[in-house]
Amino acid sequence: MKDYDIVLGARGENRPTAVDYINGIVNDFMEFHGDRYFGDDGAVIAGVGFLKDMPITVIGIEKGKNTEDRIAHNFGSAHPEGYRKALRLMKQAEKFHRPVLCFVDTAGAFCGVDAEERGQGRAIAENLYEMSDLKTPILSIVIGEGGSGGALALSHSDKIWMLEDAYFSVVSPESCANILWKSTEKADVVADALFLTSEKLYKLGLIDKICKKDDITGLGEDIYSELKKLCATDEETLVEQRYQKFRNIGY
Amino acid sequence: MELRNLFLKANNELEYSGNRIRSRKVTCKKCQKEVSVAKIRKNNFVCPNCGHYFTVRARRRILMLTDKRSFVELCREYESKNVLGFPEYDSKLQAAKEKSRENEGVICGEATIGGHSCCIFAMDANFMMGSMGAIVGEKITNLFEYATEKSLPVIGITVSGGARMQEGMISLMQMSKVSAAVKRHSNNGNLYIALLTNPTTGGVNASFAMLGDITLAEPDARIGFAGPRVIEKTLNRALPKGFQKAERVLECGFIDAIVPRDQQKAYLEKILKIHNC
Repeated sequence: MKDYDIVLGARGENRPTAVDYINGIVNDFMEFHGDRYFGDDGAVIAGVGFLKDMPITVIGIEKGKNTEDRIAHNFGSAHPEGYRKALRLMKQAEKFHRPVLCFVDTAGAFCGVDAEERGQGRAIAENLYEMSDLKTPILSIVIGEGGSGGALALSHSDKIWMLEDAYFSVVSPESCANILWKSTEKADVVADALFLTSEKLYKLGLIDKICKKDDITGLGEDIYSELKKLCATDEETLVEQRYQKFRNIGY
Repeated sequence: MELRNLFLKANNELEYSGNRIRSRKVTCKKCQKEVSVAKIRKNNFVCPNCGHYFTVRARRRILMLTDKRSFVELCREYESKNVLGFPEYDSKLQAAKEKSRENEGVICGEATIGGHSCCIFAMDANFMMGSMGAIVGEKITNLFEYATEKSLPVIGITVSGGARMQEGMISLMQMSKVSAAVKRHSNNGNLYIALLTNPTTGGVNASFAMLGDITLAEPDARIGFAGPRVIEKTLNRALPKGFQKAERVLECGFIDAIVPRDQQKAYLEKILKIHNC
């Protein structure tokens, strides 16, 4: 399969979305709303629940299932209040010593006049800034689209996993081709060069694990054992390891 | 490392300009009038007719803001590589080096401003639109770590189109890397002043540009996350007047103050003094 086909597949309408993973893995999920500044963003669903016997905070970017649902979730493109809600619940998780689990599936942060004027850039920046120092484990899994800064804002984590058929990219192949050659036709060529598949990103050392698709139960088991391991690490070591993880990205 | 780099001070190169350039005239983009380069230089690179802000090279920018002969550059020799084998990237890097006369899109170092010691970085719009690849991220992270170790404030002058797509996810994750270094610097009680210049957008906006203790901007600078044309295309309508301009961003609550170019050095000096730096 070509890399561009993976991108198209990750955008497919029939794949499981964040709610499927949350329902499949988390028991007694209770959704919590609002960022306490402006409003509640439908693109980000967040709350608490149990992963087996472990209380966790779970945050997901949700695309929606049908047209009406998709509109309610803004097609999985978050406004600043979505990122602020996520951060608020991460801080809550830190206070109550719960690990954080993030499901990432977004074409990108929403781009619009309101989103800009309410500080989209600042909201993403603040997430990276605060997550780098959050004194509780964070595990992020890209389950479909990992669209640029909007996906990164929930991925400053101890471990970043990706489904085998997901992608994570600095820019969409179409925009990239458009910037380079003023045409979106060569998006497939550019998709190869962007190194956006799970396999390539794993080889570059930018992600920690490639997960099998269509196995939500198995994924739940893996998440549980990983979070157990991370929870057993003392806070200082955890934060230091997270710092070094990102510090070493480069060449 | 070349020996001469060890002794290089910014103003050796900056204060030099041949007569050929001095007598040259350029047309101001805004008022369309011809202005002599010498006059623009004397006026802090602001058009004497209409007040338009010309782009200032990173090295010149540092010279304008720091004490004479105080700047000592760090990590000057760092250079980008085409690690992903991205098409046309090698030639673009070469062209950027020639255009900017720099090794990379950011210059970092230590200097004094009105006698106050600080670390300073300035991005260069002439180097692939100030885009952030691994080396830009590395140099800025290094600077913050150096400043943390020495308990020095950091002054950052940003100009950028965002993450450098030619380095794929390695570029994107520089946002995380730098933000984490800014956080450590802050946790140790150090001051970070960001001065946003035209344009500060994309991944740089969504990371260290928006993380200053004090955030300043130049008049009329474009400051935003998504590019205006992308937003226009998505929404399919014209954008409001002044959208993403520093004045509007200040109204929205994301900037502390807009500081004209001729006052920037004195302004920074005062902030450093108030913070006992």
